[in-house]
Parts: sequence; structure tokens; C-alpha cells
Amino acid sequence: MPEIVLHNGSIKQDDWVVVPRPEEGESLNVPDQKALIPADLWLAGYERYAGRADIGVWLDSHQEPESLGDKVNELPVIAVNFPKFTDGRGYSIARILRERLGFENELRAIGDVLLDQLQFMKRCGFNSYALRPDKDIQKAAKCLGFFTQGYQAATDTDTPLFRRRAG
Amino acid sequence: MYVYDEHDRQIAAERVAQFRDQTDRALAGELAEEEFLPLRLQNGLYVQRLAPMLRIAVPYGMMRSNQLRRLARISRDYDKGYAHFTTRQNVQLNWPNLEDVPDILAELAEVEMHANQTSGNCIRNTTTDQFAGVQDDEIADPRPYCEIIRQWSTFHPEFAFLPRKFKVAVNASEKTDRAAIQVHDIGLQIVRNEAGDLGFRVHVGGGLGRTPMVAPVIREFLPELDLLTYLEAVLRVYNRYGRRDNKFKARIKILVKALTPAGFADKVEAEWAHIKDSPTKLTRDAIDRIKSYFTEPSYVSLENASDLLAKQRFENRAFDQWLSHNVDTHKKPGYSIVNLTIKETGTPPGDVTDRQMEQIADLADEYSFGEIRVTHQQNVVLADVRQDRLFELWQAIVPMGFGTANLNTLTDVICCPGGDYCALANAKSIPVAEAIQRRFDDLDYLYDLGNIDLNISGCMNACGHHHVGNIGVLGVDKKGEEFYQISLGGSSHHDASIGKILGPSFAREAMPDVIAKIIDVYVGRRTEEETFLDTYRRIGIDPFKESVYA
Repeated sequence: MPEIVLHNGSIKQDDWVVVPRPEEGESLNVPDQKALIPADLWLAGYERYAGRADIGVWLDSHQEPESLGDKVNELPVIAVNFPKFTDGRGYSIARILRERLGFENELRAIGDVLLDQLQFMKRCGFNSYALRPDKDIQKAAKCLGFFTQGYQAATDTDTPLFRRRAG
Repeated sequence: MYVYDEHDRQIAAERVAQFRDQTDRALAGELAEEEFLPLRLQNGLYVQRLAPMLRIAVPYGMMRSNQLRRLARISRDYDKGYAHFTTRQNVQLNWPNLEDVPDILAELAEVEMHANQTSGNCIRNTTTDQFAGVQDDEIADPRPYCEIIRQWSTFHPEFAFLPRKFKVAVNASEKTDRAAIQVHDIGLQIVRNEAGDLGFRVHVGGGLGRTPMVAPVIREFLPELDLLTYLEAVLRVYNRYGRRDNKFKARIKILVKALTPAGFADKVEAEWAHIKDSPTKLTRDAIDRIKSYFTEPSYVSLENASDLLAKQRFENRAFDQWLSHNVDTHKKPGYSIVNLTIKETGTPPGDVTDRQMEQIADLADEYSFGEIRVTHQQNVVLADVRQDRLFELWQAIVPMGFGTANLNTLTDVICCPGGDYCALANAKSIPVAEAIQRRFDDLDYLYDLGNIDLNISGCMNACGHHHVGNIGVLGVDKKGEEFYQISLGGSSHHDASIGKILGPSFAREAMPDVIAKIIDVYVGRRTEEETFLDTYRRIGIDPFKESVYA
């Protein structure tokens, strides 16, 4: 079974499977295990999926987290896809989920997730990371921890450095 | 000037360790070239035509003498003994070894310098007026706000992978704009509202390159404490909705144009409403704390040295010319602002040797409280020189090559490194600048022509800001041969405008003659008091076309 990294750098088995968007004309095939399905399809089939602890969603980088609205905490896991590691939209999506919509459960980065982006993801509110399989997961803890502090307020801290300096 | 505290020092040290680790992994083959690319770019490291190029940040153009001495030493120990002052107020090394870059960063960190975000699709070095804090026409000193933006933008976790590079500039003078804010992604003009409160007029969506645009105003007045939350709202809208499918359409100016400035402003206001009162909202204490680093140096109480200078001018015509052109007024009686031009004919504009950097550092210590500023015209400013020592300073700089009294004239060319160094360039730009400098070598004639901005770029990326030159020159490639296209009427000041293309391009050898013909039209048609730009705006482009293509 594949592994994921947690925000503290520890590694654990990944028991969620990401269900890809079905091709046109095909229907969503939800496997008989914990599954992350496209967020818009979860909303469309809300009656069917609501309240299920084994169903989470994933958002693509062009999608609007606002669409989940006040339903976010009904979801055990929200994953945000990075189609390319250079596509930075997922960082804004994460902050909106955490800071605006108040999402408190597992927020996971999936897709083209590399080591050097982990620290940014963590600061924007991700707390688990499905690294691209060719990357050395043992190096994740180090890459999450290069910086002991940041200048800005973000999801991980509401005290920007200018407020800490005043204190 | 800003001085690091223990937090800044710690972050700088952690950054050096991180980049060393990234470089090691890249050299060990654990990072693919395309994966290392944005990481090294966010550290100013390009792989160029002939060697890597390292762009070192000079926040808002200010340096202390010990920092410049360190740059001199680095350019000697790790490079070929010279560096290049850029139009972004940064400093570039042209020949470092990739393996040495972590060590160079460690050396820079020792003197509170770095190369963070000098390239890449992130928020770049914030620039401002090189005369900030020393002239009396500014509404407030822009430098504390630049430093506040520098800290906020450094390693901002949300904005490290934007659709494209992102540049912010701040201007504080009502009379003039030396920071070219209207051709930046965000241009901030410091203003006071009717109640007398300090704030910013916010321009968004200016820029040069392939689609040059002057930035529209999207907010007439942004209160001072709201600076960072509003910037965060602008950046978030850009990060989410800026185009990522086409790098030539990825700048924020394209998004602003697509949504219309009013539509874009609405989106920003809606985003801002959510975060306006978040912890990122500035505090009075935070601003005052940063302002305390930009207090005045220990000026002595002086009278203007008018009689002395009048006598020295009378006795020495070259000094008189230099004083008239390269020395500016200062808010303090008895002091002046000195512009050292790094534009001696035959030297690529902006290039300085290690020895020259040390000379400039010594001059700063001796004459200007140890402080140096780099200008976006690729010159150097000593901002606080006593008037009774100007003659002595001038005598010292002439043999060093910094005394060319051509500031703001036709030969004070802004020029990118072009095809001699840059992998992106379509054509060489330095030899064009030099040929024009040689053709117009008579200072009296240059003075008679008055202020003319001549800007040269070797490609569409417009690092030489050709679009906003009164006369702009753009190198173009036609079937492997280098040609040059001319535009007229650009300006980067409060009256910002994009130059209009004159017509078909010219061979390099023809350039001095073409420029001479353009100048002749101006001389023939101007009225008394008119600058080149005034005349152009009055008579239009046709008379120039007729003369040049006759």
C-alpha cells in the first residue's frame, strides 16, 4: 500500500484511493474502500454520499473551493490536486478552505507533489501529502522543516513576524 | 537603512541551508532539471548563454559600503572580476559556477544580502525612487513600505508559484516618478486623502514585454494599514484566475484587461472583504518600527555653499557641467545628491569592476554616510554629499570613470546585456549603445538637446525598457540577422506612455545615423523650452518617419 507524509514529517500507510473523473458518458465507479471522488460529483450526488466516513473529495486546481460552502466539515478528507508542481492555485485553495470555510479535517496535497513544495503546502493548511512516487519520502521531514518561522501570517500562524516583533 | 534582527538572520541562514540542500540534490540527479529550474530561479540563478548568471537582490536599490565591498570580493573570488547593475536595481554576476552558489549565498548572508526571489514566477524585488528620503517633494519616505513589502513577499507560501513573475514599485513624489510605477504589475503611489491620511493609489496591470501596457488605477485610496491585506487580495485573485495556459498571456495585465479594470477591481474588493481585518493588517507599531530604520543620517547643520560652488564652477567648466547635470538638490541645506554615471563610452552600461565597486564603497564612506543606491537607469547615487566637498569628490571620480556628466541625456542609455550575455536576446544591444555614445560625444550638443531617455532592449522581454524610452530601440531577429526597430514617444513617468513604432527596422550600422535624423527633426521643429517628448507629442510621428525613411 502506498504511503503518505503527515505535516509533522511522519509517514503512514495511505488507505484512501483517488477516483479519477469518469470519461464522458461513463458513470462514477466508487470502489469498496475509502475513496476520494471529484468534488463536483460529490455535490451532485450529495443525497447518496452525505455523512459517509469513507467518502472524501478532491478538487482540481481550477475548481472553486467555495462551491463546497458550509458542507466542508461533513467531509473527512479534502484533497487538492497539483496537476503540475508549478501550478500554484492549490495554495490559495487550501487557505480558503481552512481560513474562510473553516475546514478542520484532513487536507491533502495530491498530484505532482514534490519535496521542495511541502513547506509552502504546510503553511497554507495542508496536513498530509501524497508525494509523487519517484520522490524519496524519507527526505520529507527535512524538507518540511527548513524554516523555523515565516514572515507572513498564513494558515499555520495568525501572528505575522511584525506582530511577534512587537511582543 | 534596514538592519537585520535575529529573525531576519535566522531566516537568511535557513534559506542558505535549504538552497545548499537543493543544489546538492540537483547535482546528485535527485531533482530533474525542470524541477530544479523554479527553485534556482527563485534564488536568482539562471543558466545563460555562456555560463550561469546570479542575480543578487538589492532591496529598493540601497546598499551599505560593506555590502558593496563584499560584492566586489565575491565577483573577484567567484567570477571574472566584474558585476552588472540592472534596471531592477539588482546586481548580476555573469560567470559563477553552479557548485559555488551556496557558498556565495553564505557570504552574502554575512552582510545581510541574498538572492531571494530575484527571478522566477514569484514576487520580485520591490523597487522605488533612488532619491527616496533625500528630496523634499515626497509625501512620505517610500522605503519603509518597500521593506514591509519585502518581508511580506519573502517566501510567501501562497505566492511562490504564480502564473508569471510579479513586480511591485512604490513612488512617493507628486512631481515625478523615478520608479516607473505605471509599468509594473502593481504600482503604488503614496498619497494623502482629503482628511490628510496617508495611503496609496493602486495601479495594477502595467508592464512591458510583448504586450506593453500602462497600469490603470484600481483603487484611488488604500489606507496605509491595509497595504498588505490588499496586496494579498490582488495576488490571490491573480494566482487563481491569471492565465496559465500561455506564458505570453500569463502576466496580470492580461487578466486586468480581460476582466476590465473595474471588473478586476470588483473581484479584488470581494476577496479583500474576507481578509481585510485578518492578522496581516498592519499595525501602527509595525510601521513605526520599520520607519525607525530609515531615519536621517547624522547631518551637520550647514548653509548652502552657494558662493564656494559659484567660484569653483567659474574656475572649472567641466565641474560646472557635472554640477549642472549629475548633481541634484537635497532637502537639507548644504547637502546635494550626487549621481555617479556608470556610462563611460566603451563600457557596457551598468558594468562595474571589482575595483570600481571598492572605489564606490570608499567614496560612500568618505562622502555619504557609507550608503549607496543603485538606480533603475543603471547608475549609482551618493545621496548625502556635503556641498563644500563636491569639488573634491568630482576630482576623485573623474579618473575612476564615474564623472561623465551626461545624466538624463541621450548618451545616458538604459541598455540590457543583450546578445553578448543573455540567452533570450535576439540581438546585441551593448554595441548599439556604444555606437550612439560615440556619435554623440559632444557634451554641449547633448546639453542643448536636453533630457532624452534612450532605452535599448535586445529582445521583446524589454529588460532595457525600450517601450517607455522617449526613443526606444528593440533588437529583432530576421532570418538569423540582427535588426533594430525604433519606437518614439514612450515615457515611464507620471505621464507614462508606450512608444509608437516608427516603421521598418534598421541594420546595426545604420543606427547612429537614424538616431541623428530623429534628433535633427526635433531640433528643427522644437519651440524654446520643449523637451524631445513635448515636441514629439505636439507634432506626432509623421515628421520623424518622413525624415528617417526619406
